[in-house]
Amino acid sequence: MSTTEESIQAPAHAAPTTKGGAVGYYIDDRLASASFTKRLVDKVFPDHWSFMLGEVALYSFIILLLSGTYLTLFFNPSMTEVIYNGSYVPLKGVKMSEAYSSTLAISFDVRGGLLMRQIHHWAALFFTAAVSVHLLRVFFTGAFRKPREINWVIGTLLLVLALLEGFSGYSLPDDLLSGTGLRIAQGIMQAIPLVGTYVAMFLFGGEFPGTDIMPRLYSIHILLIPGILLALITVHLIMVFYQKHTQFPGPGRTESNVVGFRLFPIYMAKAGGFFFVVFGITVLIAALVTINPVWLYGPYTPSQVTAGSQPDWYIGWLDGAVRLMPNLESNWFGYTFSWNILVPALVIPGIMFTALGLYPWIEAWATGDKREHHLLDRPRNAPTRTALGVMSLSFYMILVISGGNDIIASAFNLSINQITWGFRFLLFIIPPLAFVLTKRICLGLQRRDNDKLLHGYETGRILRLPSGEFIEIHEPIGEAEKAKLLAKADVVPMELPSAVDENGVRNPKAAKSIARAKLSQWFYSDVIPTPTDEEMRAAAEHAAHELHEAEAHMKQISNH
Amino acid sequence: MALNKRHPAALFAVLAVALGTTGAAYAAVSSQTAPKVVAKTETQVEQGKQLYLEGCSSCHGLAAQGASDGPSLIGVGAASVDFQVGTGRMPLAAPGVQAMPKMPSYNEEETAALAAYIATLGAGPGIPTAEMLDTTNAELALGGELFRTNCAQCHGASAVGGALSEGRKAPSLMDADAKNLYEAMVSGPQSMPVFADSTLSVEDKQHIIAYVAELQKNESPGGFSLGRQGPVTEGLFIFVVGLGVLIVAAVWIGAKAK
Repeated sequence: MSTTEESIQAPAHAAPTTKGGAVGYYIDDRLASASFTKRLVDKVFPDHWSFMLGEVALYSFIILLLSGTYLTLFFNPSMTEVIYNGSYVPLKGVKMSEAYSSTLAISFDVRGGLLMRQIHHWAALFFTAAVSVHLLRVFFTGAFRKPREINWVIGTLLLVLALLEGFSGYSLPDDLLSGTGLRIAQGIMQAIPLVGTYVAMFLFGGEFPGTDIMPRLYSIHILLIPGILLALITVHLIMVFYQKHTQFPGPGRTESNVVGFRLFPIYMAKAGGFFFVVFGITVLIAALVTINPVWLYGPYTPSQVTAGSQPDWYIGWLDGAVRLMPNLESNWFGYTFSWNILVPALVIPGIMFTALGLYPWIEAWATGDKREHHLLDRPRNAPTRTALGVMSLSFYMILVISGGNDIIASAFNLSINQITWGFRFLLFIIPPLAFVLTKRICLGLQRRDNDKLLHGYETGRILRLPSGEFIEIHEPIGEAEKAKLLAKADVVPMELPSAVDENGVRNPKAAKSIARAKLSQWFYSDVIPTPTDEEMRAAAEHAAHELHEAEAHMKQISNH
Repeated sequence: MALNKRHPAALFAVLAVALGTTGAAYAAVSSQTAPKVVAKTETQVEQGKQLYLEGCSSCHGLAAQGASDGPSLIGVGAASVDFQVGTGRMPLAAPGVQAMPKMPSYNEEETAALAAYIATLGAGPGIPTAEMLDTTNAELALGGELFRTNCAQCHGASAVGGALSEGRKAPSLMDADAKNLYEAMVSGPQSMPVFADSTLSVEDKQHIIAYVAELQKNESPGGFSLGRQGPVTEGLFIFVVGLGVLIVAAVWIGAKAK
C-alpha cells in the first residue's frame, strides 16, 4: 500500500481593514468558504412564475418538518386501549387507542395543537399538490431533457415518497377514516400474487389491525421517509445548482447562458419573501379552515365504516382506479388472483410510475435527440409531447374524479352506478380525444406564431381601400417577442431506412431502426416549420408596400 | 288632434283593470273547487280515510293494499305515515328512486288523520310519545358509538348523508328533528332498515338522537367546516384556493422584476 501526499494551503489574504472584514477573514481562515460563498451568492436564477412551483413544494416541506416536530412532542403512536377522558365531551368514556386519544388531546387540550395539526395537514396537501404541478411544469417545458434526466428520476422518486409519506401520516391518528384507509392498503398488499399475505402479515405483525402497525408507521412517517426525502431534495437542489436552471427562450437567452438575477441580493429576497408568503398562506388556511376533523369520525374499529370514506386527494386516483375496476377474480392452482385490486392498485400505478420515470429516455430514443438542452420548449412547440402529457393527465383526472364518485352522486343527485359506468367508458374515450385535440391546438398556435413572425400582430385598425376591399393593418412584433418565437428549433424526423442494403440483401437490423424512424416521424412529422429569414423579409416588404399604398390613398382622400 | 291622443297612463289603467278582473274571477272559481272543509262531527279516522282516498289511493290502492306504483300500507303504522307525510316525502313530487323531502302537502291535523286511518289497517309502530323522545338522560358518547355502528355507513360519521346504489341516497340528518329520527328508525323508510326496539332499545334510540342533536349544533373548532364532506372538498380547496393564491403570488413576484 502506498501513501499519497496532499499539500495544506492556508487562504492567502491581506490584513483586514474593517471589522466586518476581520470577521470574514476569521471565518475564511477556518472554513475556506469564501470562494464557495461567492459562487453561491453570484449564482444566477432565471425568472418565471412557473419556476416557483418547485419552491412551493420545498417550502411546504420545511413547514411539514417544523409542524411535524411539534406534533411528535404530544403524539403517542400506541395501540394500547384507553378510555378517553379529555375535553371533547361526545367521546368521553369511549374506548380508543392511545394514538387516537393523543390526537384528540393535540386537537383539544394542547395549546396551539389544533392549529399545528391543521398546519401540518394542509401543508401536506400543499406539498403533494405543488410537487405534482411542478412535475407538470417540468414535463410540458421539456426541462427533463439531457442533461437533467437523472434529476427527473429523482423527482419521480420524490413524488412516490411524498405519496407514501402522506398516506402513512393520514393513517396515524387511528380514527375511523384512517383505519379504513389502512384496511384498504392491507387489502392491496394481500392482492400481490403469491407473497401478498406474507407482505401484509410482516408489515402488520399478524392479522389486521394488530398492535404493531402504529409504531411502525410512526417510524416510517417521522424518520425513514422524511430522511430519504430530505436527502433526495438536497441532491435535487444541488443538481439544479450545478446544472443551472433552465430558462424560457427570449432575447439574449441561449443554450450556453442563464439570464436572470443573482442569488444575492435579489433572488434571495424574492425566494425568502416567497417562503414567508407560502408559510403565511398555509397558516392562514389552517387557522380558518378545518381539515380532517378526526373527532367527528370516532376511533377506528374494524366493525365500523363511514359513508364518504375517502383518502386525501393525492391517493384519490388510486381509490378511483379501484372503484372503476370491474369485479374480476380467478382461482388458479388453489390461489386467488384478485384482478379487481391487483390491476388498479398495483399494475396501473406500476406502469404509470415506470413510464413517468423513463420518459426522458423514451423521448430521446424516439426522437434521436442527443443534444443538451438548457432552453425550455414552449409546450406548443413540442406538440406530441404536450399531447401525450395532456392525454396522461386526463386519464389521471378521470381516476381522481372517480375516487369521489359517491360524493358526486349525493351532491348532484346522480346514480353512483351510472357515474361509475360512465367513467369506465370515459377512461378509454377521453385520453385519445385529449391527445388529438391538444396536438391540433398546439399546431394551431404554431401557425399563429408563424403568422405573427410573417405579418406582425393585428392592430385592430381597419382600412378600406378604394377598390372597396377592407384590410387590417398589421404591425411588426417587438424584438423580445421575435426572439421568443424564433427560438423554436425545427427538428427533422429520422428518415425511414430501407429494409435492404445496396446489394438488395435484407438487412436483419433494419426492423428496429425502421420502428424507431417511424416513431420519430410520428413525433415530429407535422411540426410546422418556422419561417426563414427570406420569407420574413418578403412578407415585411409586402406589408410595407400594402401600408404605403393604403396611406397614399388616405392622403389623396384628405387632399380632396 | 288632442282628442285622439291617449293619456300616457291609459295603457296601465286598462292593464290593471283587466288583470284585476281576471284575478278576482279566478279566485271566485277556484274557491268553489277547493276541498270541502271536513265537518268536525266526523271522526279523525274517517277524515283520514277520506284524505287517503283522495290523495294516496291512486298509487297505494283503494284499500291500501299496494299496487304497481306504491307499496302496501297495511301494518306500516302511524310512525311511517307521520314521517313520510310530515316531511313532505309523500305524496311523491314525481315517481323516482328517491322520495325527496319538501314542504308538506298536508297540515298537522290532516297528517294526524291519515296516520290514524293507516294505523287502523294493521298493527305497526306508532308515533313516538314525548316520553320516548326525552333525551335528558341520554349518553352522548354511547349515542356516538351506536351511531357509528348502525348509521354512519350510510349517513356518514358526521351525518351529512351519503350515496347509495342506483341514485338512492341516505339523506343528511342535519335538519331532522327528534321525532323524525325516531320514526325513521322504527319504520325504516325507503332504503333504510327497520331498527325495531328489539335491535335498538328505546334508550338506545334516545342516545342516538342526542348524538345527532350534538352533531347538528355544527360546532367546528377548526374553522370553516367545508360542509363536513371529508377529504374530497379539502383536496378541491387546496387546489382552487390554496394553490390558486400561491400562483397569483408567484406571478406577482415574477412580474415585479420587470
